[in-house]
Amino acid sequence: MALSVIWTGMVTCAWIFGLFSGRTDAVAAAALDGAAEAVRLCLSMAGALMLWNGVMELLRAAGAAAGLSRCFRPVLRFLFPEAGRDPETLSALSANVTANLLGLGNAATPLGIRAAERMARGRDGIASDELCRLVVLNTASIQLFPATVASLRSAAGCRTPLDILPAVWLTSAVSVTAGLCAERLFSRAGGRTT
Amino acid sequence: MSLLLPLLLSGVGLCGLWRRADVYASLTRGAEEGFRVLYRILPALVTLLPAIAMLRASGAMEAFSRWCAPLWAACGIPPEVAPLILVRPVSGSGAFAAAGELIRAYGPDSLIGRTAAVMLGSTETTFYTVAVYFGAAGVRRTRHAIPAALVADITGFAVAALSVRLFFPD
Repeated sequence: MALSVIWTGMVTCAWIFGLFSGRTDAVAAAALDGAAEAVRLCLSMAGALMLWNGVMELLRAAGAAAGLSRCFRPVLRFLFPEAGRDPETLSALSANVTANLLGLGNAATPLGIRAAERMARGRDGIASDELCRLVVLNTASIQLFPATVASLRSAAGCRTPLDILPAVWLTSAVSVTAGLCAERLFSRAGGRTT
Repeated sequence: MSLLLPLLLSGVGLCGLWRRADVYASLTRGAEEGFRVLYRILPALVTLLPAIAMLRASGAMEAFSRWCAPLWAACGIPPEVAPLILVRPVSGSGAFAAAGELIRAYGPDSLIGRTAAVMLGSTETTFYTVAVYFGAAGVRRTRHAIPAALVADITGFAVAALSVRLFFPD
């Protein structure tokens, strides 16, 4: 729904602005160019994206995910003291975080949902602090290797698509920390219900 | 540096063989998953890229960036990435389209191209994620989850601009 409004707003804005700035020809041309560019973009990044996805899947199959998720258990037990007591929730949580780290978003979501369902049980539809924390952890992307972004950059002719990795790691780390701190702060301000 | 990718590929393969994983099948399974991502993203791109290109061609994008320039300058964010920031929490494919357009228009190694890439790589589609998780868990009162998640997003945007300047000072 939000997108329907945004899209219609963008297109309408474009021709009104174009009319005033006398660039209607350019606006019309841009519409068709944009559509062609979308297909070109997808084709030019398809190879890199599929190869990276293959490598990540192989890493997962080789047990890198299981190893990583063992490393995260102590951290998660600290972040989720209540949910961490239930071994099944804890294992879903750590698998969720690891899949996110490896950039396997499609694998991460069902795992996170399993953890969220268990954490929401018997709470009468009210999110607990820990459930809010899980959502913050998942909305602030924590990715070791952003394959889509790397493919997007190589498609634009970049020779070193991975040189942004340190900046991505730093940014993710700071934003996750800020989100978790905000969760603590807002929870206190809003009064506890857990 | 040119050895990095070949070494990574053979390293991952050797590691897979050693751990008795089916190396070839895993690679193709992952590639298939990647193809599915593209298949899902292409219709959205074909819809959104024309709208973005039209806005840019009409001059509306420039005008909008100019109006909001003081706000972005206060956070150290290049005003050109404003469309990406606005669409990021709402739509994943929209953000992808916006970032792709910026990277192509300004070059992948420009300040703007890099900032767009870092922003795309270090944030998530917040509202979609919130909806999926709380919807699946049957939560109606989401309490402070959305404000906290938005704090993480805003911090991410500001730090993305900052860290690109930090790691790529030229």
